[in-house]
Amino acid sequence: MNTPLHLWLIPLLPFAGFLINGILGRRLPKWLVSTVALLAPLAALGVVLNAASGLFGIGPSLSSLPYVETCPLPWINIGTLHIDFSFVLDQLSLVMLLVVSGVGFLIHVYSVGYMSREEGYARYFSYLNLFLFFMTVLVLAGNALVMFVGWEGVGLASYLLIGFWFQKNSAADAGKKAFIVNRIGDFGFLIGMFLLLANFGTLTFSEICAQLGANPGWQGGVLTVTALCLLLGAIGKSAQLPLYVWLPDAMEGPTPVSALIHAATMVTAGVYMIARTHVLFDHSPFALGTVAVIGAATAIFAATIGLVQNDIKRVLAYSTISQIGYMFLGCGVAAYSAAIFHLVTHAFFKALLFLAAGSVIHAIGGEQDLRRMGGLWRKLPVTFAVTTVGVLAIAGFPPFAGFFSKDAILYAAYLHGPSGRALWFVGVVTALLTSFYMFRLWYLAFLGKPLGEAAPHHSTPWSMLGPLLILALLSICGGWIGIERSGGWINIERFSSFLAPAVGAKAAEGGSAGLEFRMSVAAVVVAFLGWYIAHVFYQWRPSRRAEFAASLSGPYTVLANKYYVDEFYRAAVVKPLLAISTYFLGWFVEKALLGGAAWLLGGLALFTGALLQRWQSGNLRSYAAWLAAGAAAVLLFIVVPWSAFLANFGFHLNVAGH
Amino acid sequence: MNSFFSQEIPISWYLLLSAVLFSLGVAGFLIKRNLITVFMSIELMLNAVNLSFVTFAHQWHAVKGQIFVLFVMVVAAAEAAVGLAIIIAVFRARATLAVDRIDLMKL
Repeated sequence: MNTPLHLWLIPLLPFAGFLINGILGRRLPKWLVSTVALLAPLAALGVVLNAASGLFGIGPSLSSLPYVETCPLPWINIGTLHIDFSFVLDQLSLVMLLVVSGVGFLIHVYSVGYMSREEGYARYFSYLNLFLFFMTVLVLAGNALVMFVGWEGVGLASYLLIGFWFQKNSAADAGKKAFIVNRIGDFGFLIGMFLLLANFGTLTFSEICAQLGANPGWQGGVLTVTALCLLLGAIGKSAQLPLYVWLPDAMEGPTPVSALIHAATMVTAGVYMIARTHVLFDHSPFALGTVAVIGAATAIFAATIGLVQNDIKRVLAYSTISQIGYMFLGCGVAAYSAAIFHLVTHAFFKALLFLAAGSVIHAIGGEQDLRRMGGLWRKLPVTFAVTTVGVLAIAGFPPFAGFFSKDAILYAAYLHGPSGRALWFVGVVTALLTSFYMFRLWYLAFLGKPLGEAAPHHSTPWSMLGPLLILALLSICGGWIGIERSGGWINIERFSSFLAPAVGAKAAEGGSAGLEFRMSVAAVVVAFLGWYIAHVFYQWRPSRRAEFAASLSGPYTVLANKYYVDEFYRAAVVKPLLAISTYFLGWFVEKALLGGAAWLLGGLALFTGALLQRWQSGNLRSYAAWLAAGAAAVLLFIVVPWSAFLANFGFHLNVAGH
Repeated sequence: MNSFFSQEIPISWYLLLSAVLFSLGVAGFLIKRNLITVFMSIELMLNAVNLSFVTFAHQWHAVKGQIFVLFVMVVAAAEAAVGLAIIIAVFRARATLAVDRIDLMKL
């Protein structure tokens, strides 16, 4: 692959879109804003597709990956520290780029319809393009610092878009919450980078990989600490326990934003980062185990909260947290390719579900409460159909996308040593819960009696239906990229063997096609069970639901209040911080120490001024007298041999040049 | 007679005269109340300095001192012009030249 791929165009095109719409958008006509906003990601997608042409059998093959593109000017060059602005295209970043630019473009198209009646149309698209710019920088980054630039940038874009309706207090607060919680994770990322610099002397991923490859015996120790710091960053960005609290609130943003940033791409950056730095985790079993435990715990934790949420977007938000927990679980059992596979399929079906939810919300005039929906299937047939596809995909029914990727993760977890069975069990229970709450959403929103005045106000434009249909197609077929027919039985290793050069391949000990098949059957049974329970509760005998909730009122209240985690954080972190800020920092440091010091200095200046102002008598002869006295003093100083005089008393003047 | 004139006056005399003139200038500058007298005292100090300049120029056979004197005279002339103009302006405004009365800068 000697022809230049012009990777730098991929981030820069959306950035140009951001500049044009951000600076001029207010004065441009709407159609021009839309054109610019759509052309930028479309062109970037074109560059990506050109780079990926080997995948489709046309153009040069991908065997020469990784392909590195470095900015000719050095970025940081201090002493022994050399950091370049470099982009790397390998199998991992290629897959991620395809998802980001592909799903990103579809969501841009959808936004044209969804946001058409909103104030700040150009502002919205400039932010969206800015997000694509930073996300592609993050994905293409060849070293940790470039990745950090993208990492912070997507955080900024996320903040701006969550708070898009900034006149609404809750939206502004949600933006701030997302930004502040992410700071905790970014702190971990930064410390991790410093540790990398201290121990490897470089931040370039390939060099770190090479150094670790040369030292296979280097295990644990500082690598564990580094990996855990990076993991903290990933937890913050990917909304895992215990830093997940910002994601449900981030649903205050426009729904396409939730689909793009808070479901398909940005929140999966943590998974991508772990896959990118996987060599560190491979050399630290403890860090890897932590990833798995956090992933499994988050998956089931968020799924249980999702069971009882009534806001359609919040159900999807908790579902996202739970699904990213799956990806972390996959990373934690060193099945990085399975995690990335799930990332891809999840991007398809979760973006689809969010966009479908947006279509519902759009159609019935901003209502998000599931309890006030119902019977919408007749009025929104296309949305109903694509949501059904999305629900089947996330619940794990074959042959939809989610089935293959979730199965790959659970299979890898099952084979992962003695603790793997426990992780697998948690994953299966989560799959049951997932299936249940997704069908609950489906029944509540689309089936049953039409409730209230949830009559469609607006028809759904084609700019919204088109992306929905394409994503629905991808949610059906997206999982098939992982399988190929080989020797009569399908081989599910295609995706992982494709990614193997970038993330390594793990030999699955004790695996067999028979076991794989039995586990797939178990997963499908679990998915059916989830559907059946939802069917009983929400379709067949709705009265059973109230009885059941009443019999479990304790756990139900806990779940409905999201385990009181927000309340706990408020009491344990926010309130003490506020108290410290008010009383210690505000009163003691600010008022007493700083205020006192300023008062003291001011008083001193006033006092000396009051003394010295007597000098400025305004009397000409007084000035003249002081002038003469000064001249006399200087003369005296020059004429009298002071140094000799003082030397008698043991003083020695240090005269310059002496 | 001839020998009297041919005899050099010692340099210390010139310097002493210069110092006396300068001290007189300072004293007048400090003591006198009339602005014009104060001004004249300044001229006296300048000329005392000029005297020591030419003295040293003669003593060391260096022409620089004499050039300095020319500069000082030029500056003194310019200063006299400006200073007298200011004095006239002050007199027109205040109808007095008493230094102690010209104290508008006082707090």
